[in-house]
Parts: sequence; structure tokens; C-alpha cells
Amino acid sequence: MLLYIIRRLLMLIPILILMSMVAFFLIELPPGDYVSFRIQQLKMSGVEVSEDEAQRLMIQFGLDKPLPLRYWQWVSGIVLRGNWGWSLQWNKSVNEILSERIPMTMVISFSALIFSWMIAVPIGIYSATHKYSIGDYLFTFLGFIGVATPGFLLALIMAWLLFTQLGFSALGLFSKEYLDAPWSWAKFVDLLKHLWLPLILVGLSNTAGTIRVVRNNLLDELNKQYVITARAKGLSEWKLLFKYPVRMAINPLLSTVSWVLPGLVSSTVLIDIVLSLQTVGPVLLRATLAQDMYLAGSIVLILSALTVIGALIGDILLVLVDPRIRFGRLAK
Amino acid sequence: MAASANNPLLIEVKDLQTYFFLHEGTVRAVDGVSFNIYEGRSLGVIGESGCGKSVTAQSMMRIVPSPPGREVGGSILMYLRDGNGAAEVVDVLKLPAGGPKMRSIRGQQIGMIFQEPMTSLSPLHTIGDQISENILIHEKGVTKKEARERTIEMLGRVGIPRPQRLVDAYPHQLSGGMRQRAMIAMALICGPRLLIGDEPTTALDVTIEAQILDLIKKLQADLGMALMYISHDLAVVGEMSDEIMVMYLGQVMEHSTTDEIFDNPLHPYTVALWRSIPTIEGKLERLVPISGSLPSPFAVLPGCRFFSRCDRRIPGVCDAAPPPLKEVVPGHLVRCFLYQ
Ligand SMILES: Nc1ncnc2c1ncn2[C@@H]1O[C@H](COP(=O)(O)OP(=O)(O)OP(=O)(O)O)[C@@H](O)[C@H]1O
Ligand SMILES: [Mg+2]
Repeated sequence: MLLYIIRRLLMLIPILILMSMVAFFLIELPPGDYVSFRIQQLKMSGVEVSEDEAQRLMIQFGLDKPLPLRYWQWVSGIVLRGNWGWSLQWNKSVNEILSERIPMTMVISFSALIFSWMIAVPIGIYSATHKYSIGDYLFTFLGFIGVATPGFLLALIMAWLLFTQLGFSALGLFSKEYLDAPWSWAKFVDLLKHLWLPLILVGLSNTAGTIRVVRNNLLDELNKQYVITARAKGLSEWKLLFKYPVRMAINPLLSTVSWVLPGLVSSTVLIDIVLSLQTVGPVLLRATLAQDMYLAGSIVLILSALTVIGALIGDILLVLVDPRIRFGRLAK
Repeated sequence: MAASANNPLLIEVKDLQTYFFLHEGTVRAVDGVSFNIYEGRSLGVIGESGCGKSVTAQSMMRIVPSPPGREVGGSILMYLRDGNGAAEVVDVLKLPAGGPKMRSIRGQQIGMIFQEPMTSLSPLHTIGDQISENILIHEKGVTKKEARERTIEMLGRVGIPRPQRLVDAYPHQLSGGMRQRAMIAMALICGPRLLIGDEPTTALDVTIEAQILDLIKKLQADLGMALMYISHDLAVVGEMSDEIMVMYLGQVMEHSTTDEIFDNPLHPYTVALWRSIPTIEGKLERLVPISGSLPSPFAVLPGCRFFSRCDRRIPGVCDAAPPPLKEVVPGHLVRCFLYQ
């Protein structure tokens, strides 16, 4: 088991190197750079920028150096000094911008995932055990509505309803007075007060799909012979359901962690913007538009690193719960 | 049946009807089947695929998948005897399928082994867990440790080597034959009065099959339980059973003692079955299908169900009305107009 984890961790290294390259070069790919973006912006506000001035900016931002060199400087900064580079757009270090946003993003995505499972698994079990009942149809119907309704629209409606009906501003993750305050119990409670709405909204985007997965897996499992064997032993239906087929049906969810988590981060950018959450989604969007390559590159790299780590965690969990994989793979 | 009269009655199936209500129509999987099972004796059930053998057994356990299936008629009387020999008679079909009484019969009074050793056990639980679960369900007050001890003992009894170790094995770590032994241990751990084997050796190769058959026979004798053995394989059924019931499309076609039915088969279907195994070298072979194909399971036939494939059919008689099951020779029942 330990050996397996170590091997998987070693395999991460080349993957991460490759990812950092891809992240960096992808962002360099579109024509133009941050300076041309800046000049464009200045022009639009009526300021003319001379050639010399442009040249000076290029040198100041280090954009005159060749691409591989810039990549090397960026990566070595990360690895050797934990320095993710400088955001030209914010005029701040990338570390400073992301230090609160990354954990926040992870908290929201992760709790949204757990939340969506907590909703979806019981509904999926109900739908499978009451196939073609009114309840099953109702949940299927609601699920389709959930899939078809854009999350940001729901976010707008909810935020508006909360504000007009209850006078509660659901925007952001903290009330104003706690925004820059150091962490305290009161700040934590304040966070919880704000967290539930994004949690529900982000979670819902994943719920309908998960219900389908659980329902279909369980329907498959319910017809399997081992269920009949357990029934023939005289086990009561409820105990049987949860001990055997449900466990089999929800195992595959663990392996979806790896792609659901980053999916949640990126697919909810619009919700994050609407609710003005301090997450990375909106920052990434702006950084990409402005070709702020160190910031954008860092975010992409961090997200992809989280994806592969998520995949690893999902796999390890799967190995822990499924003896077939546990013994099969490790025996080799 | 005369030969069985000395043994007390265990189960009395009367006119059992189990139908499946599907979109395409109704499948009369079991349509008026009657037979008795006596303590300590064995009944073989034989017939082509789809004739309702498994559904008959499932009805006795009340584990017919429902929906779409339902026992629509008949009765299944079970004689539950206590230590003093006093019998309580329950009609299994009148019990709620998921209720406590029915669940106490399943696993405790009737044990069942299935065809597929690959899929009959949960891949996520050790065999020890799945076998001792049976004890924990039915015997209140037994500790997990005691249940485990008994499981290990039972595993040894069904011929699993190193039972102390393999009790913690997962099904995928065992061969098909070993898994089927574990299934047998599971079915027998609570000492049932009846063991139903639904083609338990069909998926195994011939040498393993012989070992498992020997094991079942030995355990049946040791434990003094009744056996209902379902198979396609004539030779196997002949070896395992005191009496044999031949089924076709949900009905009993012929029923007699094993010797009688082998020496003196009467129904054209039985005769065709017998003919389909080469007996010249005395080799045990699988059943070869009889000419003609089975009618659609949805078909409602006015006459004899075997009419379309029968080589001795009497047009105008056999396809006009259904033949009754009649005792032609004492202890020998046949459903055929040739013997009315
Ligand atoms: N769960 C089910 N749903 C619908 N129809 C079923 C179901 N189980 C059995 N049947 C139908 O009932 C009939 C009898 O099936 P059964 O399984 O008892 O046959 P069998 O004699 O055991 O055959 P085999 O030798 O192939 O096991 C078949 O026509 C089958 O299609
Ligand atoms: Mg069958």
C-alpha cells in the first residue's frame, strides 16, 4: 500500500513539470502580451503611448527576454523560493493574491462536493429502489431543471430574494467588518453564514448528474446475484441494501473526485462573479483576458496540480474500499 | 409417492402459479406445479432452459423479483417442526415476502446455492463475513467471535483448506470451486431442513463438479436434510435424487422415483430427453436440445404445451385441451393424452 502511494507520488513529478510547461506556453499562445494589452487600454482612455515608453515597459516587465528563459525564471522561482511571480495587472505578488483565494476555493469546492453527495446519494438510492414511481419521476424532472438552469441565474435570483425578503446580503464570503480582520471565531461564524448559499449553488450543479450515476449504478447492482444470495440468507431489505449494493454503487463516486473538483472550480466562475466570492475563478478569467501570464499560469498550474492530487486521493480511497483493486493491483 | 411415505412431509407445493407481468405480455413461468418434499429425501428437477425450475425454487423462498414477478395462485405449505416433532404448518405464500417470519425461514429452514459462483458472493466482503452473517441474523445472542469459530469449522467441513486463513479471503481470491464450497458453507451454516441447489455445478468443470456433488451428497447424509436439486444435466440429477420431476414450460410433465423414470420413461418429452444423451459408452454428457424450438414464453396454448415438438402428438386431441397430470402407474405421474 505504502509502496503504491510512493510510486504514484513519484509519477506526479514528471506530470507536474509537463503541466507547468503547458500552462505557461498556453497562456503565451494568443498574439500580444500584457504590454500591448496595457497600451490598448491606455489608448482607449485617450492616452497616447510612445514607442520608447512601450519599450521601457517591455524591459521593466521582463517581456523582452526569450520565452524559455522567462519560463525558467518563473519555475525556478516557484520551486526554489516558493515565489509564484509578479502579477502585472494587480501590481502585487501572485502569492499575495492567491494566498486566501486558493484555500477559499478549495473549501467551497470541497464542501460543495460533499454537499452534492449528501443530497444526491439518498435521492439516487430512493430513485433506484422506487424505480418509475412518482417520486423517481419527480426527482428526474427536478434534476433536468437543475441541469438546464444556469447556476449564475439561480445565484442572481437567490441573492436578490435574500436581500429583498430578508435584508441579508449574500454577496461575498465575509461581512464588511470581517473582510480584513484576522481569523477569529466570530469571523469563522460569519464565513459559515455566507458559505451556505454558494455551497448550495455550486453543489447543485453537480447534484443532478450524481443522482443519475448513483441511480443507474444501484439499478445495475440490485439485479446482481449477490443481492439475491444475501436475500436468501434472510437479511432484511434495508440492511441488505446498505451493506451490499449501495456500497458497490457509490464506490465509483470516489473516482470522479479527480475531475469533479476542478470542474466545480472552473464551471462556477459565473456564480463566483455574481456573488463576488473571493475565489480564484474570477481572478483567472481576468488574468487570462489581460494576458497576465504569471498570475494565469500560476492558477492553471495550481488547479491542475490539485486535479492530479485529487485523482491520487480518489484512487487511494478506491483502493481502500475495494478489496479487488487492493489485492489485484498490489500483488503485481 | 409410495417410496417417500415413511419420511415426514416437509414442504407441500400445491398448484403453484408464478407469473411475470412484463410490457410485452405475461410470462406464466410456473403454471400449476405441485410436488412434495420429504424430510431427508432428495428431489431432482430437470427441464430445458426457461421451463421455470429456478422460478419454482425462488417462489419457495419468496425471492421472485417483484415486480415483475408474483405468485398468483396455489399454496406452499411448510411443516416447521420443533425438537419434539410437533409441526407448525405455514403457507409460505401467505407470508409477506420481506416479513420476519419469511426471513426466519430463508437461510435457517431453507438454504440455497446458486449457479454462478463468480457473482453469488459480494466482492467487497470477506467470505467469513458473508457466512457468519447468516448465524448473526438467525441466532440471537451468538457473539461475532462464536460465529467466526463456527464459520471456520464449517469451511473446514466443506473442504476449504486452511480455513483459519481463508475465512478472511475475498471471493476474488478463491477459485470457482472454492467459492462454490463457500456458498455451500453459507447455505448450511444454520442447519437448514432443506437445501436447494439451483444448478450449483453448471459453471464448474467436470472434475470439480464431481467433487462438489460428492460433497453435497455427503453433507446431506450427515445433516439429514432434504435436497432439491435443479439441473439441466440428466446424469447429475439421476445421481443426486431419490425422485425426479420433469418440467416443461412451467408445468410438471412427469414425476416419479429415479429408478422408475430412468427405466420406464413415459412422456414423449422425457423420452426425447433421455434419447438426447448418448448412453452407449455410459458417458455422462450434457443435455442435447430436442428438435424444434421452444414456443414463445408469452404464448397461451390451448392444448398440451409440448404439442409443437412432440413426435407422438395426436392432432385434434393434444392441441384441443390441456392434458391432466395423472398417476398412471402407482407413484408415477404423467401429463399426456397417450396414457389417459
Ligand atoms: N426476473 C424475471 N423477469 C422476467 N421474466 C423472468 C424472470 N425470471 C424468470 N423469468 C422468466 O420465467 C421463465 C422461467 O425462467 P426460469 O429462470 O425459472 O427458467 P429455468 O428453468 O431456471 O431455466 P435455466 O435452466 O436457464 O435456469 C422464463 O421464460 C424467464 O424468461
Ligand atoms: Mg434457472
